Amino acid sequence: MKNKAVLFIIGFIIWILLGWPPDVQHVIAGIPAAAVVAFLTGDMFARRPFRFGNIIRYLWFCYYVPLFLWECLKANIDVALRVLNPRLPIKPGIVKVKTTLKSDTGLTFLANSITLTPGTFCIDIKPEKGILYIHWIDVRSKDINTATQLIAAKFERVLKRIFD
Amino acid sequence: MKSGYFRWIVGALALTAVLLFISIYPIPSLLKWQSPLLSRCFFILMVCFGLCLIRLMLGPTPADRAVAIDTLGVLIVGFCAILSIPTGRDWYIDIAIAWALQSFVGALALAKYMEGRGFDE
Amino acid sequence: MSEIIGYIFIVIGLAFDILGCIGLIRLPDVYNRLQATTKCVTMGTCSILFGVFVIKGFSSTGIKAILCLVFLILTAPVAAHALARGAHASGVKLWSKSVCDMYEQDKGEGKR
Repeated sequence: MKNKAVLFIIGFIIWILLGWPPDVQHVIAGIPAAAVVAFLTGDMFARRPFRFGNIIRYLWFCYYVPLFLWECLKANIDVALRVLNPRLPIKPGIVKVKTTLKSDTGLTFLANSITLTPGTFCIDIKPEKGILYIHWIDVRSKDINTATQLIAAKFERVLKRIFD
Repeated sequence: MKSGYFRWIVGALALTAVLLFISIYPIPSLLKWQSPLLSRCFFILMVCFGLCLIRLMLGPTPADRAVAIDTLGVLIVGFCAILSIPTGRDWYIDIAIAWALQSFVGALALAKYMEGRGFDE
Repeated sequence: MSEIIGYIFIVIGLAFDILGCIGLIRLPDVYNRLQATTKCVTMGTCSILFGVFVIKGFSSTGIKAILCLVFLILTAPVAAHALARGAHASGVKLWSKSVCDMYEQDKGEGKR
């Protein structure tokens, strides 16, 4: 039930943002639409809805966003320099990385942030073993522990506090 | 190795020539609302579309073509977003949101098809 | 003033877009091409959308541009991940000068 309430609030906020600026007709029409969506798909949305009430997680999320954007900018400049270089300095390969995250949302966010950071790209996830397969454009180490330190450690530390 | 350098020089010269032509040539404004900077932005996006279409034509495997189609979808979102500035109509952004959704679902369907499984999984 | 900042964002986005498309042409195999396009083109388009938001402010167009930006940044890596997995499952080989392929090894062990 709490699940559906959270989804109702999120859907209603998105409805209002899509019809900005809000007027009375629009808001009244939004309530049944968000209610129908929440009633039909609420069960698939979140498994543990009590996590949404925790303030500390939002603060860590606010710390995570600028870190992510800075890594994104570095990734873009890195790829641009590699593409423009006439010798094409790439040494690609697929390596394995261990993770200790358990929740689905946390794994999705970890894979997304690995994909948008310099030189790495997530190919497959095995959640039961906690292993990610990562295509690395410039392989610096084939060892699983060193690769984990180089690629996933700094995001995992933050994401563990947000989603687990 | 020599042929690689030759191809790099030819490609760099061609791209620089195209970009210089776009930035210098006085583009006649097709419609009343077009400012010169924005019409050049459209032409640069046209060059991006052209590069994607070249990859779509050459791509040795089906996966390359799928990647090119996905990239085209994201570029069209940017095109619609720029188009909404001079016209001042907000439904261009609606088109962009709908196109992003459709491109995402299309990419997922292409990936499932390449994996060789059914759609019911 | 806000128009100038917005146009600067749009021009940066266009530069990243065209660099990503050059990468799509130049790099040697599917996975490297996905690396280039999913980073440069996604961030370039997000920069264009942010420029539209800066120019238009908190009007309906600007709010929708921010919504589209969030949506794009959440879905583009997922689509790229699905495409890469599909390409690997359909048997596309890595580039001949690649260093290692742990994924292929693990799949082989699983079958035996």
